[in-house]
Amino acid sequence: MHYHSEALIRELSARAQTFRINTLEMVYNAQSGHIGGAFSVAEILAALYFHHLKIDPARPDWPERDRLLFSKGHACTALYSALAYRGFFPVEELMTFRQLNSRLQGHPDRNKLPGIEVSAGPLGHGVAVGVGMALAQRMNVSKPSARSAGSARASAGKTYVILGDGEINAGVVWEGMMSAAKYRLGNLCAILDYNGIQQTGSTADVMPTEPICDKWASFGWHVQEIHGHNVGEILNALDLADEVHAMPSVIIARTTKGKGVSFMEYDNRWHGTSPDETQFKAALAELEEGLGQWQ
Amino acid sequence: MAVTMLPMRPAYGEALLALGHANPNVVALSADVSNSDFSYRFAEAFPERFVNVGIAEQSLVDVAVGLAYSGKIPFANAFAFLFATRALEMIRTHLCYGNANVKLMAAYAGLSDSFNGPTHNSISDVAIMRSLPRMTVVVPGDTVALAKLLPQVAEWPGPVYFRMNRNDVPLIFDDVAAASYVPVIGKAVALRPGSDVTIICNGMMVSRSLEAADLLAGEGISAAVLEMHTVKPLDTEAIIAAAEATGALVTAEEHSIIGGLGGAVAETISDACPVPLKRVGVPDRFAETGPYHAILDRYGMSVAHVVAAAKAAVALKK
Repeated sequence: MHYHSEALIRELSARAQTFRINTLEMVYNAQSGHIGGAFSVAEILAALYFHHLKIDPARPDWPERDRLLFSKGHACTALYSALAYRGFFPVEELMTFRQLNSRLQGHPDRNKLPGIEVSAGPLGHGVAVGVGMALAQRMNVSKPSARSAGSARASAGKTYVILGDGEINAGVVWEGMMSAAKYRLGNLCAILDYNGIQQTGSTADVMPTEPICDKWASFGWHVQEIHGHNVGEILNALDLADEVHAMPSVIIARTTKGKGVSFMEYDNRWHGTSPDETQFKAALAELEEGLGQWQ
Repeated sequence: MAVTMLPMRPAYGEALLALGHANPNVVALSADVSNSDFSYRFAEAFPERFVNVGIAEQSLVDVAVGLAYSGKIPFANAFAFLFATRALEMIRTHLCYGNANVKLMAAYAGLSDSFNGPTHNSISDVAIMRSLPRMTVVVPGDTVALAKLLPQVAEWPGPVYFRMNRNDVPLIFDDVAAASYVPVIGKAVALRPGSDVTIICNGMMVSRSLEAADLLAGEGISAAVLEMHTVKPLDTEAIIAAAEATGALVTAEEHSIIGGLGGAVAETISDACPVPLKRVGVPDRFAETGPYHAILDRYGMSVAHVVAAAKAAVALKK
């Protein structure tokens, strides 16, 4: 584990809040998009893109890069914001979201926008596609002894998958989980954005998934459970996952859907609703006040 | 005429193994049917490049996608109907929309898994696959075609659906003729000249169409045979030329008459050169369990069906 300074944690927390502000502006401008799940995943994206991932925006195809598969594609406004500020494309382009001729499609398109590892939208694909990428990263290591070790260090880069808790209703997620454990993919790390809300209600009501940590553990994964808006906890968990070499890792991040705007939190109506002008102004004021706390 | 029957599955196992030796980026995946489709040959030779995901076709395709996005050339092996129906969303989203360079090795296609019955038949897969943007659909007619087309599949940019028969199939060419048979993905092959009608066919129905052409010749009807091993991208020039030259067409395929090769040819000529067209294939129904050739005969794909269709098409000419 590494020491993470207070300054780093404040910087990443501010980044996350910026992703929320961008998300609000993009969805308001397009009058279309998904706010709640973008708000819940913001700190996770900040920690990965602005600290943990081995990536180079100037070389999005760098073979030895880490891969981040954003499986909950509907929450892509936060991803777009992270990629833009990280330098994959101009920040000015964010406001073209969901418009004609834009590279910022309603759901991420890997053939249009640099930095998108996999097109996403239909839920459930990330873990299984991530298994393929992690296997390829392992195959690309030339030393056979290192390959069989199944360790992150023995692979050319590591694969991260961010998925939502509603998403794990899909059976293919569990198929992918089994393959990851079978092949002892220590170079695969999933982060479950467990915000507890999906389109029509709470996950507990729609499709109960608890005890979620026990489920992943019983499928052969190393499990950590953290507070998903606490950047320090996220960074520590990512570091610890790097020390797990014989099995895939999952970080269960307990988050709040709609995090940061009082009238959006815990409310499934903000899964896919666009704000009107009054709501937009009220939400923006709350988010900017939140940003101020980190600056 | 003595017909040599050769088994498709060992031919596939051999061709896949050869690809493994030729290109280190070729990897193979299976949904736990490698001893059915003979991809076990590859698994034995290259265990570190073989992935068995278990009985999980959706995950099979998604794992292959991850490998493809990392520079590998994955050959995913499963039964045709499971690709076309159970794993279709993965194929649409990643292979087609995402343009993942995954090769789908669709085993036991058509009615060829005849004793396992309609649950294991695949009579809608060509219609489904060819409607997807960016997909390429290839249907080899015999072991010679398979061995000549599979290396092209590995080189072809983007996703390919390669549709294979489970059983022994008639060898279309003897050794001498095989040397001059050079199938190229996207190009039809003129197997027999004719002036009254053209039979456009692929897969198992190539040999039956050639037999039908012999019978038609005995009745004074000159039938050309055009092998359309690639249903997409379709060789529309060859179809239009055949329509113009013979003025009547028959399609023959081991597939529903809805949306497959017959549908593709109908779309082509209705735009460019409307002529009478009769489609031979499975009528809009499920088949039943039984011996393969008897099932083909019962469900619309006998030689007599091809002959009758050719006569009907010729009769419709003005």
